[in-house]
Amino acid sequence: MRSLIRRPVADAAPRDPAPSRLGYRYQRLMLTPGFRSTVRIGVPIILILSIVGSWYSKPENRAEFAATIKDTKQTFQQRPQFMVQTLNLTGGDLTVMTEVAALLPSEFPVSSFDLDLEKIRADIEALDPIKSASVRVGQAGALEVRLNPRVPVALWRDGATLRLIDAEGTESGQINARADRLELPLIAGDGAEDNIDEALHLFAAAGPLIERVRGLVRMGERRWDMVLDRDQRILLPADGAVAALDRVIALNDAQDMLNRDVAVVDMRNAARPTLRMNEEAADALRRVNTTTSNNGAGN
Amino acid sequence: MGDLYDSQRAMRQMRKAAMQRGVVAILDVGTSKIACLVLRFDGPEQFRSDGVGSLAGQSQFRVIGAATTRSRGVRFGEVDAMQETERAIRTAVQAAQKMANVRVDHVIACLSGARPRSYGLDGTLNVAGGMVTEQDISQVMASCDVPDYGADREVLHAQPVNFALDHRSGLADPRGQIGNELKTDMHMLTVDATAIQNIFYCIKRCDLELAGIASSAYVSGMSSLVEDEQELGAACIDLGGGSTGISVFMKKHMIYADSVRMGGEHVTSDISMGLQIPMATAERIKTFYGGVMATGMDDREMIEIGGDTGDWEHDRRTVSRAELIGIMRPRVEEILEEVRERLDAAGFEHLPSQQIVLTGGGSQIPGLDGLASKILGQQVRLGRPLRVQGLPQAAIGPAFSSAVGLTLFAANPQDEWWDFEIPADRYPARSLKRAVKWFKDNW
Repeated sequence: MRSLIRRPVADAAPRDPAPSRLGYRYQRLMLTPGFRSTVRIGVPIILILSIVGSWYSKPENRAEFAATIKDTKQTFQQRPQFMVQTLNLTGGDLTVMTEVAALLPSEFPVSSFDLDLEKIRADIEALDPIKSASVRVGQAGALEVRLNPRVPVALWRDGATLRLIDAEGTESGQINARADRLELPLIAGDGAEDNIDEALHLFAAAGPLIERVRGLVRMGERRWDMVLDRDQRILLPADGAVAALDRVIALNDAQDMLNRDVAVVDMRNAARPTLRMNEEAADALRRVNTTTSNNGAGN
Repeated sequence: MGDLYDSQRAMRQMRKAAMQRGVVAILDVGTSKIACLVLRFDGPEQFRSDGVGSLAGQSQFRVIGAATTRSRGVRFGEVDAMQETERAIRTAVQAAQKMANVRVDHVIACLSGARPRSYGLDGTLNVAGGMVTEQDISQVMASCDVPDYGADREVLHAQPVNFALDHRSGLADPRGQIGNELKTDMHMLTVDATAIQNIFYCIKRCDLELAGIASSAYVSGMSSLVEDEQELGAACIDLGGGSTGISVFMKKHMIYADSVRMGGEHVTSDISMGLQIPMATAERIKTFYGGVMATGMDDREMIEIGGDTGDWEHDRRTVSRAELIGIMRPRVEEILEEVRERLDAAGFEHLPSQQIVLTGGGSQIPGLDGLASKILGQQVRLGRPLRVQGLPQAAIGPAFSSAVGLTLFAANPQDEWWDFEIPADRYPARSLKRAVKWFKDNW
C-alpha cells in the first residue's frame, strides 16, 4: 500500500559529491599553465584569424574591403577643414609667377592630403629664377607660396645670348638686349660665372672709370680683362686684380692715361706694367722720337 | 631489502622534484575525513628579512589550498572500497587545487591503520681506530639484524635513533670521530603491504604521483608535541575516526609507534546502536552533546534524538545527556585502556618524562583529559597541531594534526635508512660507481 506521508527513500541521503574522472582530469588540464594559456589566448586568436582569413580569401570581399577603406579615406580627406580653397602666391615678378603657377594645382578646392608640399617646393626651386620658396597651407585654406627670386647681379654674354647671373653664379634668366638691363655689369668669357665675386669687386673698384667700362672678359678661365669704350683694355693679373686696377686708376688720375690714345694697359706683370698704344699714336710717337734724336744727336 | 631501498629512494627523488617545482600536496587519508593541503615552497625564509627564522623554520612553505571531505570506503584507516576512496581523494584534491589555483602532481600521503609494528634494531661495526666515515655509517646500518617481519609487510620508516662510539652513546652524528666500535640503534616501523599498495593504487588512479608516505601516528606526533616533549620523551595519542595512533618520541626521534583499531566512529556506532538512531544523527549528537564526565546537571539536559518514522512517540524521543555520556564513556575508556596496554608493552614507564598528548578529532570530547589522566597517568594534555603559514581557520583543530604533521614531514623530513649512502658491498659487482669509489678510496 502506498504510504500516506512522504517518506524519504532509502538512498535519499545526500550522496557525497565527487567529481567524475573526466571532470577531474579536465580541471587538472585547465590548471596546467601552458594548456590554459593556449586555450585562453591561442584558441581565440586562431578562431579570429581563421574567420577573417576565410572572409578575406574571397575576391569580392577583398574588393569591397578595399573600396570601403578608400571611401572612408576619401570622406575624411574631403572634409571642409582639409580643403585648400585659394592660392596665395607672393614674391617674384609676373613671368616668374606665371611659370610657378603652372606647377601648382590648377583646380581648387583640393584636399590638402592630395598636395605634396615638399614636391611642389622642390619643383618650384628647380626653376632658374627662384632661389628658394616656402609652400604651406595657411589660414582659411589658402595655399601660400612665398617665392624668393634670384637677384641678378650681372649679365653674362655667351655668344649671342645674354644671361642674368646672380651672386652665386647661377643663371636666373635670359634677356634679349643689353639695353634691357643697363644697370647690370656685363661679363663674358669661359668660367666668368664662377668668379662672379671677383668681377663684382672689380666693378666696385672701377670707381671713376665706371662710366667707361663696357664689361669684364674672363681670359683663359684665369684672369680678367676690363674692356672700356674706345676698345681700350686693361689686362689684369690673376692674383691681385683689384690692386692692379687701383694702380691703373691712380695712373689715370695722375696722368689722364686712359684719355690718351692707349689701346691696352697690361698689368699682368706687376713689376712691369706695359702700355700698348694705337698704331697711329705709336707712329706719331716714333716720329717725334726720331725728330728729337736728330735734333739732339749729341745725346 | 633492495626493493625497499629502491621504492623509498624513488619516492625521495620524487619529493625532491616536487620541492623543485615548488608545489606539493598533502593527503591525509583518514577513516572519517580525507584532508588535502596544497603547499607552496618558496625556498628558505622568504617571508622574513632579519635572518631570524620564524616558526622554527616552518615558514619555508605556505599552505595555499586546503580541502576536506567526508571519507568514503576507508575503515580502520585502511582502504576498504577502492572506488569510493578514489572518489573521495579526487574530491579533496580537486577542491584544494581549485583553492590553490595550481595543478599538483606530487602527493605525500599518510595512513593511520595498516597494523603498524615497531622494531628496535641495533648493529655494530668495528672501525678499528679509524675515523668514522659515511660509508661506515651505512655499513653499521646494514649490519643491523633485521627481524623476520613477514613477507606481506613493508617497512614504512627506518630511522637511526642513536649512534654510539665505544663507550660514548647518544651521538647524533658520529662522522669524523675516532673510535673502535660503532654501534647504532634503529627504529623500524612495518605496516601491511596491501594497505600501502591500495593507497598507492588509489592515488595513482587520481593521476597523482606518490612522493612519500608516512605513518599518521608519527606525523601527528611531529606536529602536536612541542620540542621539549619530543626531546624528553612523550607519547602522542591520535584519536582518529577508525583507529587510534600511538607514537612515542624520545630525543626528537620516534622510538615506538602502534595503533589501536578503535576510534571515534566506534563511539558513534555505540550511540547509534544504543539509542536506535541513524549514524548521521548519532554523529551529530556526539559532537554537540558528547562528553565523558557526567555531572548532576547532565541528568536534566534532555536531547531530542528525533526520527523519521512518522510515529509520533518514536519521533519525539529524548535522551538525557547523562545517558549519552553513559554510552560514550565505556567505549572511550576501552580505547584508552587499550592505549595504556600498548604503552606498557612498549615500556613507556621507563622514559624520563611520561607526558601524554591527546590529539586527533576524538580528543575534542569534553572531559577527555580528565578521563585520560585517570587511565594513562597524570601528565596528560590536549594537543593541537603547530600553526603553519596559510592554514585556514577551519583546519587548525586537533583533527588536522596529522595533516599538519605531514606538512612538516614534507618540509624537513628526518633522515631515514635509505637516505644514507648505499654500503659499498651492496653496489652491483660490475658497477662503474663501484670502480669510481675504489679509486676515490685508494688514491
